[in-house]
Amino acid sequence: MIRRVRDGLAAHPVAAFLAVFAVFPFLVPYRALATQVLIYGLFALGFNLLYGYTGLLSFGHAAYFGLGAYGTGIALARLGLGSVWAALAMGLGAATLGGAVIGFFCLRRRGIYFAMLTLAFAQLLYFIGFHLADLTGGDDGLRGIPQLAVGVPGLSIPIETPIRFYYFAFVLVGLAVVALKRILDSPFGAVLRAVRENGERAAACGYDVTRLKLLAFVFSAAFAGLAGALEALRLTVVPIESLYWTTSGQVVMMTLLGGAGTFFGPFVGAATFLVLEDRLGLVTESWPLAIGLVFMAFVLFLPRGIWGTLTGGSHAG
Amino acid sequence: MARHSPDREAWARRRREGSVIDLSPAVLVTHLFTGLVLGMILVLLAVGLSLIFGLMTVVNFAHGSFYMLGAYLGFFLLGLTGSFWVALALAPLAVGGAGLLVERVLVRPLYGRSLDDPLLLTFGLSLVMIETARLIWGRIGVTFDPPRELGTAVSLGFTMFPVYRLFVIGVTAAVLLALWVFLARTDLGLVIRAGSRDPLMVQALGVDLGRIRFFVFGIGTLLAGLAGVLAGPMRGVYADMGVTIVIESFVVIVVGGMGSLAGAVLAGLLIGEVVSFTTLFAPKLAEIMVFIVMAVILLVRPSGLLGEAGLLE
Repeated sequence: MIRRVRDGLAAHPVAAFLAVFAVFPFLVPYRALATQVLIYGLFALGFNLLYGYTGLLSFGHAAYFGLGAYGTGIALARLGLGSVWAALAMGLGAATLGGAVIGFFCLRRRGIYFAMLTLAFAQLLYFIGFHLADLTGGDDGLRGIPQLAVGVPGLSIPIETPIRFYYFAFVLVGLAVVALKRILDSPFGAVLRAVRENGERAAACGYDVTRLKLLAFVFSAAFAGLAGALEALRLTVVPIESLYWTTSGQVVMMTLLGGAGTFFGPFVGAATFLVLEDRLGLVTESWPLAIGLVFMAFVLFLPRGIWGTLTGGSHAG
Repeated sequence: MARHSPDREAWARRRREGSVIDLSPAVLVTHLFTGLVLGMILVLLAVGLSLIFGLMTVVNFAHGSFYMLGAYLGFFLLGLTGSFWVALALAPLAVGGAGLLVERVLVRPLYGRSLDDPLLLTFGLSLVMIETARLIWGRIGVTFDPPRELGTAVSLGFTMFPVYRLFVIGVTAAVLLALWVFLARTDLGLVIRAGSRDPLMVQALGVDLGRIRFFVFGIGTLLAGLAGVLAGPMRGVYADMGVTIVIESFVVIVVGGMGSLAGAVLAGLLIGEVVSFTTLFAPKLAEIMVFIVMAVILLVRPSGLLGEAGLLE
């Protein structure tokens, strides 16, 4: 029975995502946690496209999450845009553009340098966000993001209550999940996996590996940016930590806990991480210590993560 | 009696408001030496990172946490013994010992796995070390003073400069010289350099690379610990003091070029000076300039100032 459910989920990921997350808010202790799992799951999904499927370890994904959050937040709080869609588009655009520029620089070096460069560029954006206080609010974070109603043709839907916001996010994250599935099933997605397995062989087959990697980087940044934009709408504040290395570390840990290179791993990992943070945070201020230990244990003993181990899929599968 | 001319007063006012930059020799020399001190700390970290990376292909994210550990142990030993010199001698050794333990227990099982795994593991380790430091020494940082005999300032001709900072420059220069002699002139140094180039060949020649890696991890973390004790009295001691500086050390490695001790020294000093002089013109840009230098190097010379293209990629 359990095996059939598990295999069913793995075989039809989009349907499974819709089924699980349609009722998810009623399965967790409080609604805000459900929304957080959606948003951080999307963030991890974007990271996973780059790390799990393309084999590029980015330690600076806070940059795109933060660009998405600040882009949307600045559009609403500073520029006074009247449309949630336009604000989301600005966040998404900022993250995608940032991903293209930073990706270009980072892909000038391969291997382990790449991780260090992504981290360095994220730190650069953190300092910029910190010092551009007129625009970003600096250390205090960006405050005063209004909660506008979402306009769809003929309708204006308010999203102030947690449950309304959850379903608003559910629709957008659902679209992102469909988009990711299309990307992974396309020939492009297949070549990305080929690049992960053996970049030189893919190059020998005539693929422009650096361009493919850059494209994956930009897609990944866009997913992370959408997550950041949604988080800005949810919190109505963008804390400066959105750009800090701890945020980059969080998405790495979520993805690895859940299972890199698996479709559902990022959501499983985000849920595990957020529940752990929530429960441990009630007990001790030192919850990162416990999460750090759990994460180390996973790297050493369970590198396929929770979902990867459950589904028996290889690190590659 | 010479009266202040209106010109002079206006100048002084603009100086105070910060709209005029003071470029007197005294200020320039001070910034030169401040940059040198920061650069030397960065070099100590970057050289250790680079050695560990070169021989073991391990990016030690926790390197900054070993630096932090060195600073806290320096603070702790100073309180315990009352002597800065004992703290300076023992804290780096203790950090190196902790490094050996980490290599044996945590890093060694990861050889032969993906190159990303040690980076992921040491990232987790660095979270654990930071939070443990907060548990032991509190969430607010601590400070400790340089020893009294180094607590004064000395004349550099144009200006006064803290003796302790000159001492830091001297100690790091001596350590780097010793390290260079060790790597360039001894058999073990030769094996380490060869192991960075071609580990398979070195093993085929009958060298036990496992023991060498153990040793090198210890040396690298010892250098990080030393940098921490030295930096403690200048920069303050707090749990996540290592993160920003380890990212800057990554930048030093990228700029200097992998596998080159001289490259790390050159890049470390360059970045130290760039930061120090940017502070003079535009304080807010100081932290950002580090990354601008890196981006420029990536564009014009991706393999770094003195690095070889393709080495260790």
